[in-house]
Amino acid sequence: MATFGNLSDRLAETFKNLRGKGKLSVADVDGTIREIRRALLEADVALSVVKDFTHNVRERALGDEVNRALNPAQQVVQIVNDELVAILGGEARRIQFAKKPPTVIMLAGLQGAGKTTLAGKLALWLAKDNHTPLLVAADLQRPNAVTQLQVVAEQAGVAVYAPEPGNGVGNPVRVAKDSIKYATDKQYDVVIVDTAGRLGVDAELMKQAGDIRRAVDPDEVLFVIDAMIGQDAVATARAFQEGVDFTAVVLTKLDGDARGGAALSVASVTGRPIIFASTGEGLGDFEPFYPDRMASRILDMGDILTLIEQAQEAFDEDEARAVAEKFATETFTLEDFLKQMQQMRNMGSIKKMMGMLPGAGAMKQQLENFDEGEIVRTEAIIQSMTIAERRNSKLLNGSRRLRIARGSGMTVTDVNQLVNRFEQAAKMMKTVAKGGMPNMPGMPPMPGAGFGGRPKPQQQKKKGSKSGNPAKRAAENAALAAGVKPQAAGGGSGFGLGAGKTKDGGPSEEELAALQKMLGR
Amino acid sequence: MAQRTPWSLTGALRGMFQKQTIDDDTWDDLETALITADFGPDISEAVVAEMRANVAKYHTEDPKDLQRMLRESLEERLSRLDPTLHLSERPAVVLVVGVNGVGKTTTIGKFAKFLHTHGRSVLVGAADTFRAAAVEQLATWAERAGAEIVKPQQQGQDPASVAFQTVARAIETGTEIVIIDTAGRLQTKGGLMDELTKIRRVIEKQAPIAEVLLVLDATTGQNGLAQAEAFIEHAGVTGLVLTKLDGSAKGGFVLAVQEKTGIPIKLVGQGEGIGDLTGFTPHVFAAQLVG
Repeated sequence: MATFGNLSDRLAETFKNLRGKGKLSVADVDGTIREIRRALLEADVALSVVKDFTHNVRERALGDEVNRALNPAQQVVQIVNDELVAILGGEARRIQFAKKPPTVIMLAGLQGAGKTTLAGKLALWLAKDNHTPLLVAADLQRPNAVTQLQVVAEQAGVAVYAPEPGNGVGNPVRVAKDSIKYATDKQYDVVIVDTAGRLGVDAELMKQAGDIRRAVDPDEVLFVIDAMIGQDAVATARAFQEGVDFTAVVLTKLDGDARGGAALSVASVTGRPIIFASTGEGLGDFEPFYPDRMASRILDMGDILTLIEQAQEAFDEDEARAVAEKFATETFTLEDFLKQMQQMRNMGSIKKMMGMLPGAGAMKQQLENFDEGEIVRTEAIIQSMTIAERRNSKLLNGSRRLRIARGSGMTVTDVNQLVNRFEQAAKMMKTVAKGGMPNMPGMPPMPGAGFGGRPKPQQQKKKGSKSGNPAKRAAENAALAAGVKPQAAGGGSGFGLGAGKTKDGGPSEEELAALQKMLGR
Repeated sequence: MAQRTPWSLTGALRGMFQKQTIDDDTWDDLETALITADFGPDISEAVVAEMRANVAKYHTEDPKDLQRMLRESLEERLSRLDPTLHLSERPAVVLVVGVNGVGKTTTIGKFAKFLHTHGRSVLVGAADTFRAAAVEQLATWAERAGAEIVKPQQQGQDPASVAFQTVARAIETGTEIVIIDTAGRLQTKGGLMDELTKIRRVIEKQAPIAEVLLVLDATTGQNGLAQAEAFIEHAGVTGLVLTKLDGSAKGGFVLAVQEKTGIPIKLVGQGEGIGDLTGFTPHVFAAQLVG
């Protein structure tokens, strides 16, 4: 649903005015909670579940447990994610096999949820695991469901028990019951009973499902539910819980773009774990369910948590504070700049990092163009300088520059560009650190993408108002470092080496915004 | 589930309309009811705001007025588009598309029966050559509906060629209406969506397509909009069919679909029986929904 922005964007929006605050106020949290509520509703999480959920998140966000190392938006995202994973269940459960074979697995669900296809997938999966599954055709309702199961069984290479032709003929309870004896005789160790699709409100068919359950006494009753289902998931899940008391849930059609809020609703309302996910039309498209991945999917967050963790590790707080001091006292040198860049690189490949950001799929093209080599080359130039040169760029005369260019394998022009940009930017930072409004002296026009205004003012504001909270300030400074780095990478901007890389080379505004966002905005 | 609850918001709204006056809880209840009916946060908010404005405008405090205004508002939103099916071409080719498991084949069976009882000759084409036993399922329905069927000549035949043969047969035999079943496909599968475009193209070589019906499952949530957008792009959908309204789901998302895409709802399916398909009437729909 590209129509709506993802949650992390919205949170960033909500927290736009929060910079400088160390703690979340009630009003801030409530604003965020509203956005979370919308995001969950758009992901089709049932309203009752959303209400409980947002209540819990609110309590926790206002509590004292929040992680001070993260900025407020990140804190909330982390809480939300924790809560989601908690509801979805931490570890995925596996099928519980009977001590004495055959293990009986019954499938139940609405029409069109994908039960028959799932029966085939499950059978194939079990067969690969050295089981001998038997498929039982107890859907005698839908035209040619029996035929479909037979075809599926053939594709999976497993046996099928279909004594009745279906299409309304035959008694499914009897078929199910007889199948157990058949399986015992023929020594099949798993029996998978495919039942007809039924609506939660259809009392008669629900009773029939209950009868089948009693007749076969299954070890597992799997409730098969379409990931695309909406608010009705709750009513349906409750009806099936009352009717057949399922033991676990299987989510189908996860290969679509539904956010799958139903998973959360069902898990939360029934307390039953989701154990499998079906992700395609091929019989092999079947996998155990991973709660944490689903949590990110529901919120449309990408792998933002991993990103936060990495950012947390990579930024040395003391270092960041020292840099901030330097801005203020005008002693920011090329050496400091180098250090910041190395810190950035500690976080791992920039491309990989960007890939983890939500919505990054859309900017694959730009990611391809993002040249990490620029950073490496800038680094090389600085490292070819003597300590004295790094501390005082005024020393850099013509012959020194020539030496540096040779040492780093670059041209004098490249060195000149770097030094010029560094000086201009350092000057600007000084102004900002003193609280003045800079007129962006050294910033050359951005190639292509450009800074279109948005990220820049943000940066200024931040530098202008230092947080009293050390952790918060560290995050700010970290973001500052980030603000510098993308420029370095961008063709012809900031500290970057513009030469030969002016076409589509720079990170786009989107990328920059994304990077800045994750780095503490 | 002791009782078969009717498809309607009545249950959710009952408490609200039985109160003496309209108060703050009323608005919460209304929003809850709309969201629970899958209208989605955007439309729910818009409807609540509209109702609030109307209540203020007419200085009413009677929940009965609110109920009437809600019904009228929904009816008005639903009736902005023309729900008539256009089947005047001969043969009139109807292509039925949708994601997996929404009830395409069942809908075709019911639709064929409906047309047959109105004295039209119907030919169905089993272009779902992918799913196991889909052809047999359609054949059973065709038999029940009294319609002819064109089946693929071999396993896994190109669906476009089945569609082509179906239309060719209809022209040959002078059949009035052709309904073509397609395999269910998730809107995210680019290759399968392109296949639909191909089916369309191939049919149009012989006869113009009268209607492309997108079947939507009432239990679907907000993903329904994404489905509609993708199918409109690739298959040129001209009408929506809402199925499984006999369950407890309200299918509120179709309103968002209709408003955002401008494609009208044309048919409504309400059960597994062959007669459980009706044309879409905004008035009846809104009245049933609101009560």
